[in-house]
Amino acid sequence: MEQVRFEQVSLAYDEGGPLAIQDISLSVAENEFIAVVGPSGCGKSTLMKLVSGLTEPTEGYVYVGGRQVAGPQKCIGMAFQASNLLPWRTTLDNVMLPLEIVQPYRSQMRRQRKAFEARCRDLLARVGLAGNEDKFPWELSGGMQQRASICRALIHKPKLLMLDEPFGALDAFTKEELWIMLQELWQEEPFTVILVTHDLREATFLADTVYVLSKGPGQLVARKAIEQARPRKLEWTYTDDFARDVHELREHIGRIRES
Amino acid sequence: MAISKRKKFLVKHASWLLMIVLLVFWEFICRALQVPQFLFPAPTAVLEAGIARWEIISMHALQTLYTTLVGFAIAVAFGLLVGMAVGSSPLVYRALYPMMVGFNSIPKVAFVPVLVVWFGIGTVPAILTAFLISFFPVLVNVATGLSTLEPELEDVLRSMGASKLDILRKVGLPRTMPYFFASLKVAITLAFVGSVISETVASNLGIGYLMMAASSSMDMALVFAGLIVIGAMGVGMYELFALTEKRFTGWANRGSGGVA
Ligand SMILES: Nc1ncnc2c1ncn2[C@@H]1O[C@H](COP(=O)(O)OP(=O)(O)OP(=O)(O)O)[C@@H](O)[C@H]1O
Ligand SMILES: [Mg+2]
Repeated sequence: MEQVRFEQVSLAYDEGGPLAIQDISLSVAENEFIAVVGPSGCGKSTLMKLVSGLTEPTEGYVYVGGRQVAGPQKCIGMAFQASNLLPWRTTLDNVMLPLEIVQPYRSQMRRQRKAFEARCRDLLARVGLAGNEDKFPWELSGGMQQRASICRALIHKPKLLMLDEPFGALDAFTKEELWIMLQELWQEEPFTVILVTHDLREATFLADTVYVLSKGPGQLVARKAIEQARPRKLEWTYTDDFARDVHELREHIGRIRES
Repeated sequence: MAISKRKKFLVKHASWLLMIVLLVFWEFICRALQVPQFLFPAPTAVLEAGIARWEIISMHALQTLYTTLVGFAIAVAFGLLVGMAVGSSPLVYRALYPMMVGFNSIPKVAFVPVLVVWFGIGTVPAILTAFLISFFPVLVNVATGLSTLEPELEDVLRSMGASKLDILRKVGLPRTMPYFFASLKVAITLAFVGSVISETVASNLGIGYLMMAASSSMDMALVFAGLIVIGAMGVGMYELFALTEKRFTGWANRGSGGVA
């Protein structure tokens, strides 16, 4: 089954202005994990906005779950480089937020508050945040905030998770830890992931398929399937195999730079 | 140890200490230069007048407090509502904001005669002047808090299917609270200015009127007593709202986490 589909999509933010992305066609299978890489300003974030229905394409069509996107989607999980946690809510209440908004949880909130809380606590424990439920975001480290932010993006079990450089501001060790965490969550209960990143190692390690966008206006210049069995281990990142895949992606980006 | 303790004591009580120093200085000047009472009364004279006529003063002070608080309450409600409209709708912002800024630039004392013609002298013009002068900061702060919502956070919410109202309730309003409470502190002091101005021009009640009457009979001690009472009420109200602010929006001041 196909989850996301782009048909020759172009977008200009200002009418008649320069294109942010141009003529993009791609298709993401259900429960596939894709990564989008490319130089800064090439339209990666724009791509995410198109999928979530926050902007409309100037040309072409975007389909999510077989239906053309018209207006903001109802049930997508999103996380960004900044954790965007609400500072007046505890970690637990931050993760509860989607359940207060998304149906059917929203109307069950009154009666099932305790059950939902338990569910949030479970998920927080899964990402190693047990014991931090009642802390406020500023009492958490950057990596912990990002974990909580990913919990918030997943708690309402969206079919589609979109990550825009979620690990961009983290140190190398924390980053790798979170890769493993994300892969585990995804394997346990699969969902479709679109990951935007600058980090080619991250893209290679996590994704089934990596798409490379060219410098603005963003066009697809390469699509690379990563054929590595799951669960992938960090050791794999030190093999020649892995290096070769990363190198190949690097070549595509390099070529964009030259042209 | 002793030094740091003394310093702590100084910092803690700095405002009281400064006030006492100033009062002593004032008293000293008045006595040393033998300034006549009807020009510039010494603090002791002001205190004397205040105690001797505390009944009159407190009656007028209560009236001023009443008009100020009523005007302030209306200003808060109005500022909150219009601020919400301005902050969440670009259209309303465009339409209303220039007019509001223009209106706010008009000295409110110029309105008092108009209000008198419409409502007669007394309580109503004082309340309305307090309202007119103090709603603007509330409006601006609420609008600012709402319109500076992080776009990414809005994206997160919208892609969950949150309606505009959801976003306002779950994020917009709580986020705006620090701005709102900060504006209350400014607004309450302005409200005092408004009511006293109006009382001075058009009332026979209130501290403003009392001071007007006292100064026309050269009773400077009473004028100064009135001034001090207004100042004290202003500080009291300010502190009250500063406390409320701390209680309700502590999260905004703790740590640098902020709304990143
Ligand atoms: N809201 C907007 N209005 C107008 N132009 C925009 C807007 N958002 C992005 N753009 C433009 O669209 C292009 C693509 O931007 P986008 O944010 O998608 O890049 P990106 O690939 O996510 O970059 P980065 O890796 O630096 O985050 C850029 O040229 C940018 O200037
Ligand atoms: Mg981006």
